[in-house]
Amino acid sequence: MTCLPATTQKKLGLAIDLDTCVGCQACVTACKGWNDQGYGARLSDQNPYGADPSGTFLNRVHSYAVQPEAGPAQTINFPRSCLHCDDAPCVTVCPTGASYKRTEDGIVLVNEDACIGCGLCAWACPYGARELDQAAGVMKKCTLCVDRIYNETLPEEDREPACVRGCPTGARHFGDFSDPDSKVSRLSAERGGYALMPDMGTKPVNRYLPPRKKDHPQEASLLAPLLDIKASGFAGWLDKILGKI
Amino acid sequence: MHPAPSVIIFSVFSGMGFGLLAFLGAGVVTPSGWAAFLWWGLGYGLAVVGLLASTFHLGNPQRALLAFTQWRSSWLSREAWASVATLLLLAPVALSDWLALGWPRGIGFIGAVLALGTVFTTSMIYTQIKAVPRWHHPVTPLMFMVFSLTGGAILAGQHLLAAVLCVALGAVLLAVYRIGDGQFARAGQTMGTATGLDRIGEVAVFEQAHTAGNYLLREMIYVVGRKHATKLRRIAFALAVVLPALLLLGHGLPFVVLAAISHLTGALAARWLFFAEAEHVVGLYYGKR
Amino acid sequence: MTVQPKIETSRPIADEVRKTTCYMCACRCGINVHLTSGKVSYIEGNRDHPVNKGVLCAKGASGIMQVTAPSRLRAPLKRVGPRGSGAFEEISWDEALALAVSWMKPLRETAPEKLAFFTGRDQSQSFTGWWAQAFGTPNYAAHGGFCSVNMAAGGIYTIGGAFWEFGQPDWERTKLFVLFGVAEDHDSNPIKIGLGKLKARGARVIGVNPIRTGYNAVADDWLGINPGTDGLLILSLIHCLLEAGKVDLDYLAKFTNAGLLVVEEGPEKGLIAKNAESQPFVIDRKTGMPAPWDGKGVDPDLGASYQGNRTVFQHMAERYLSPDYAPEAVAARCGIPAPRIRALAAELARVAFDEAIELAQPWTDFRGNRHETMTGRPVSFHAMRGISAHSNGFQTARALHLLQIVLGTVEVPGGYRLKPPYPKPVEAHPTPHFVTVPGKPLSGPHLGYVRGPENLALREDGSPARIDKAFTWENPFSAHGLMHMLIPNAHAGDPYRIDTLFLYMANMAWNSSMNSARVMEMLTDKGEDGEYIIPRIIYSDAYASEMVAYADLILPDTTYLERHDCISLLDRPISEPDAAGDSIRWPVVEPDRDVRPFQSVLLDLGARLGLAPMVKEDGSPRYKDYADYIVTHIRRPGVGPLIGFRGADGLATGRGGANPDQMQAYIDNGGFYQAHVPAEASFYKPWNAAYQDWAVATSFYEVPQPYLFSIWSEPMRKFQMAAEGLGAIQPPDHLRARLKQAMDPLPTWYPPFGDQEAAGWGYPVHALTQRPMDMYHSWGSQNAWLRQIRGKNYLYVPTKIWAEHGFQDGDYARVISPNGGITVPVAHMAALNENTVWTWNAIGKRKGAWALDEGATEATEGFLLNHLISELLPDKGDGQRLSNSDPVTGQAAWFDLRVRIERVGPKDQSEPSFPPIPRVVPKGEDRA
Ligand SMILES: Nc1nc2c(c(=O)[nH]1)N[C@H]1C(S)=C(S)[C@@H](COP(=O)(O)OP(=O)(O)OC[C@H]3O[C@@H](n4cnc5c(=O)[nH]c(N)nc54)[C@H](O)[C@@H]3O)O[C@H]1N2
Ligand SMILES: Nc1nc2c(c(=O)[nH]1)N[C@H]1C(S)=C(S)[C@@H](COP(=O)(O)OP(=O)(O)OC[C@H]3O[C@@H](n4cnc5c(=O)[nH]c(N)nc54)[C@H](O)[C@@H]3O)O[C@H]1N2
Ligand code: SF4
Ligand code: SF4
Ligand code: SF4
Ligand code: SF4
Ligand code: SF4
Ligand SMILES: [Mo]
Repeated sequence: MTCLPATTQKKLGLAIDLDTCVGCQACVTACKGWNDQGYGARLSDQNPYGADPSGTFLNRVHSYAVQPEAGPAQTINFPRSCLHCDDAPCVTVCPTGASYKRTEDGIVLVNEDACIGCGLCAWACPYGARELDQAAGVMKKCTLCVDRIYNETLPEEDREPACVRGCPTGARHFGDFSDPDSKVSRLSAERGGYALMPDMGTKPVNRYLPPRKKDHPQEASLLAPLLDIKASGFAGWLDKILGKI
Repeated sequence: MHPAPSVIIFSVFSGMGFGLLAFLGAGVVTPSGWAAFLWWGLGYGLAVVGLLASTFHLGNPQRALLAFTQWRSSWLSREAWASVATLLLLAPVALSDWLALGWPRGIGFIGAVLALGTVFTTSMIYTQIKAVPRWHHPVTPLMFMVFSLTGGAILAGQHLLAAVLCVALGAVLLAVYRIGDGQFARAGQTMGTATGLDRIGEVAVFEQAHTAGNYLLREMIYVVGRKHATKLRRIAFALAVVLPALLLLGHGLPFVVLAAISHLTGALAARWLFFAEAEHVVGLYYGKR
Repeated sequence: MTVQPKIETSRPIADEVRKTTCYMCACRCGINVHLTSGKVSYIEGNRDHPVNKGVLCAKGASGIMQVTAPSRLRAPLKRVGPRGSGAFEEISWDEALALAVSWMKPLRETAPEKLAFFTGRDQSQSFTGWWAQAFGTPNYAAHGGFCSVNMAAGGIYTIGGAFWEFGQPDWERTKLFVLFGVAEDHDSNPIKIGLGKLKARGARVIGVNPIRTGYNAVADDWLGINPGTDGLLILSLIHCLLEAGKVDLDYLAKFTNAGLLVVEEGPEKGLIAKNAESQPFVIDRKTGMPAPWDGKGVDPDLGASYQGNRTVFQHMAERYLSPDYAPEAVAARCGIPAPRIRALAAELARVAFDEAIELAQPWTDFRGNRHETMTGRPVSFHAMRGISAHSNGFQTARALHLLQIVLGTVEVPGGYRLKPPYPKPVEAHPTPHFVTVPGKPLSGPHLGYVRGPENLALREDGSPARIDKAFTWENPFSAHGLMHMLIPNAHAGDPYRIDTLFLYMANMAWNSSMNSARVMEMLTDKGEDGEYIIPRIIYSDAYASEMVAYADLILPDTTYLERHDCISLLDRPISEPDAAGDSIRWPVVEPDRDVRPFQSVLLDLGARLGLAPMVKEDGSPRYKDYADYIVTHIRRPGVGPLIGFRGADGLATGRGGANPDQMQAYIDNGGFYQAHVPAEASFYKPWNAAYQDWAVATSFYEVPQPYLFSIWSEPMRKFQMAAEGLGAIQPPDHLRARLKQAMDPLPTWYPPFGDQEAAGWGYPVHALTQRPMDMYHSWGSQNAWLRQIRGKNYLYVPTKIWAEHGFQDGDYARVISPNGGITVPVAHMAALNENTVWTWNAIGKRKGAWALDEGATEATEGFLLNHLISELLPDKGDGQRLSNSDPVTGQAAWFDLRVRIERVGPKDQSEPSFPPIPRVVPKGEDRA
């Protein structure tokens, strides 16, 4: 089981647009809300109203300051969840077979009934995509909302991950990266979608669409004054501007 | 990485235990009677205590048996098999020694190899983790093996061998520190590659994802203890390597016991550092390593 | 390899889905509430809902933590110990209501103004205002005065609408979008959806904001402006456009008062010239003769002079062509290099004029001229509190509208579009009503739009009629009242003392007051007679907020899933440019505590007090509860709170009799209703005959009401004239200079009050707050999920100041303003105006509030900037301390704050630290 499938029929994943993400955290609570009543154990919180609260989240949004060589510093919001890697090290390390990558769609899942909560898979993941739930003692991770995307009790249009459905700016896209014509593949190709830490050898499926180039006002040809107002006076300006109608 | 006591005890005790079992199995010492009972018992005890300690680390220990299923891919699963196989295989040898049954030793040699194999599987649990560069190199298993052999040799009362192994361990530890210190840089991962934002410029954290704590921060991003690393390294080195080597120059049980205690303490310190100093690349997302 | 486990992927989500409206902010998105075994189990956005089209923000998606919060109040409470001690006893509703009536009834019969009823995050203002009017007190307002009245009023006085909830960019067509001073806004999800559309199309977004986060972080270009100088930047852009002739003359002539004439001399100086019929007129280009402003075929001549009077256009052009507004002259003050200002002007002009679009949509204007197409200028703007929360905010908002107007981008495709019931010019709004007669209702609504000094809410002796001094010479256009002055004025007995302070949904003892520590004292201060200076405080909250501790009587409200509400076109609806819309909330779950919906409680109180509209002839209550009111109340003939499903058959829209099944019809329709604007009416609304007719049919006007945008504001000029000594009603002398400057009929800029002085006195640094997208003011912190995301705040310090003071991570800083000092944790931020520090708003909490642990980071490290902000400006030597507000509208000038900052080093507790407030509900343990 914890051997990785040689290939998967589909490569379902997310394309996350960093040019559009405003860092609103909506996907964070959309994910929490869905998964608190969805696949497997609830996402517990410890000391929720206490001095030191902590809880399980499958998706967290960071915010970075980036200083380009020229121009002002930028702020870039960065959602982080499981990338559903093709060479998922979290799967192969799992001693119980609880972690697996699905052959049909490539989703990396945890079978909570088999999970002993050893935490090794979380160590193996370079991206911090796994969190051991402190109440249930089982490993939680993004399921790509497997209980939504195939859910026949949901209307067709709702069969997408909760975080994608909920994202107010539409910065999150869901689809099949094995299909070059899918929206996510095309977006990724057009916008130079990239994988995180490719050198880790995990072959992530998810792609990040980089922020577009900022702070370079298009070579605006500056406005040419109608005439030299100092020389011709306000009346001259008025004649000139109104003559144009 | 969070230096969880359960994991430190597990790896140190079981390593030492399997080391001793290897010596006993291979017949480097061949005690008999109550001496055999105590000696083998010590080996089994350390190994079992270690293994039991490891279950304290589990969220759902009642399902621990499932950990035997994934030997094809998982080092942890392999470790489970190897440890149980070792313990089972050596049992007749121990019994034979204790009760002077005189059964052939052959199986003991296989057991000894398996015992060291078990330590190797343990070491590979850590070594395989690419996301922790400090662990991810061949000297890590070497270190585990040499620790195991050294501890085993001391407990087996092999003064000279143990002293030699102490020296070897010292060399390996130095190598581990030396290599380990440069590993993160060599792995080449930065906040820039972790986020891919290096394509724009210099990346720094503006805001953490959450202001509250979480599992990742507790488990993988342990920055607290590293401040004292250099001091602890010296202590670990002195206790695990130098002091036992010196004590082993003396003769008699007390020296062995003292050497063993010193070595064990040093090993625990070294193992604590093994975790506490290890930086997981996920720390990059938090601007902490 | 073993087989994969089979998993259930088609699990039914819930037993039932109920559609209602979110409440965590004024955006009012549609939500699908999933119920499992009768309990809320999941909340998602309603895809069919016009506001959010299925998406939710972080707060909306965690609403479940709001309805299960341990901080929810449980029963009515009566204070039994000293105020602020937290000694309360639970009482029954009957007792609570009887007590309230025993306090209120005598006031109504003798001095109704002694009851001050102010509401905060109220989404039922047309109802609460109606109640206050029936009671007869002049002292009613909602939170708009400390929020964004500058934006609202600046827009109404200029274009008959505003940004904010009044209108929005044409997200579908705009190609260049410029955002001034917005972190989140009320239109949270629509703005995000809109930005997403622009991004998907690759349209350009420019952010003007000292701070680069959120929307400004995704902006393609960022102008990190010096706070308080936007007006100057905008007028400089207008300068560049005028200089280059890049203004939409046709638009200016046809749709604005640019072609009207300004009286040059005499007692009417500065007013719009009128003809014998008292009508403004224009000079027709074709004839060179005066012609009616709304005459068919009339082509107003912008260059005309007539009887020595010149057009508004000429006044405007002359003003802004002045070298004072040249980019080079403003660059240093704005902190933006002149070439960037010029480049921005050029870009605006290029997109507006060179990339104009044409819609093949014929329409007829109010003059009767038919147009075959609609010209789109795909440049749009949006602005909010970054502009309005300064003491020059009204004029800055006006300037921004002027910029839109000269580009011809308001109510055109690709530009800025108003949402019904807007456009609505000043003339279509009521004037303020304030005259009290004991035992009688007020003659009309409290809040309105002042046309001239004759509309001010002054008593015979010239003293303010209202406790908050709204509609006085200090702030004549205070269309939303001044909630931030309520408690200070009541405490000072200036202009008079009140008896009962009746507050609803406003955390006045903490984050919504300036100078919070002082306000807490004011609430507990006693006079020489040993009685509280503010004798009685009744408060309705749903949660254990900081304010609860200071009330004498607490009327616990339900949460948003447990009650009826009405988001009405009579106040703040959920319209889109293409459709008028309103919506409801309904109890999708029953309360499990002894709480009642506040609106129903108000109706009950009204009936017990015998307020006329709330009782039948026989004295019995007219309305069973709020739901009954929503459905059966008739405001004007045929017009009620909701426009949908009216009439006995439920088929009428806008106008029609009450329909007893209306509430169910709304529920069945997903909780909302939309009346779609006909295609030919969709743009040019103020001048579009088809729109005007539709608006009348849908009940927004009684008669068509086309109007011209006010570049030159006559109401402002009237006040300026008064300040110059003209006219019968005269301001006090100490306000003359300030009125002359602030009431300029053309958009103008002056430094925010105290700005220069503060810098001189050693407070060189601007200090701002921003709304976090994931928290709603004070009440996100009781949400178990949200408080993990943002459980403490830092003061963000720009690189220059960080380096200057040698700050390090983990450090605290002492931040000092003329009003006091705070000690707070700092963090470095590079993408920040180099002269500005800031923090997230309202994260800091008082210990013991919100059912949180006393060690909660919100209460230990978290902090408010409010302690640094004074509600009064310093005395300028004339013995007068004016409110820290915009001189036109009374808008609270939160963002004028200037500070000085010192390094403290590492600490773990912010200061000031107040003693814990005693708990009115137990501390929260595990979450539901
Ligand atoms: N420093 C600084 N201060 C500011 C601002 C700033 O930018 N900077 N912004 C100002 C602005 S614009 C505003 S609008 C104010 C906002 O200030 P407030 O209007 O005070 O907003 P909240 O803190 O949300 O307080 C609303 C109260 O309503 C209660 N409440 C919530 N839900 C319900 C309900 O269903 N029923 C009832 N009855 N009560 C409920 C909450 O518990 C809370 O006590 O803050 C102002 N304060
Ligand atoms: N999530 C969430 N949404 C909310 C609220 C909430 O509490 N949370 N509150 C609601 C309320 S009551 C209101 S009033 C609205 C307010 O919505 P916003 O207007 O977005 O209010 P603020 O967050 O105060 O943001 C003000 C912005 O103006 C910037 N700014 C300050 N001074 C200047 C200046 O001089 N020039 C320019 N160009 N920018 C400046 C600040 O950096 C900040 O980005 O949001 C509403 N929506
Ligand atoms: S919901 Fe969308 S915009 Fe908001 S943080 Fe998540 S990805 Fe970014
Ligand atoms: S992101 Fe981490 S958890 Fe997800 S598949 Fe890759 S390695 Fe595994
Ligand atoms: S925590 Fe669970 S899923 Fe992860 S490796 Fe251990 S058993 Fe496998
Ligand atoms: S796909 Fe589903 S589980 Fe994964 S981050 Fe999005 S909401 Fe969470
Ligand atoms: S923006 Fe968020 S909090 Fe406001 S109404 Fe919409 S979902 Fe609710
Ligand atoms: Mo506000």
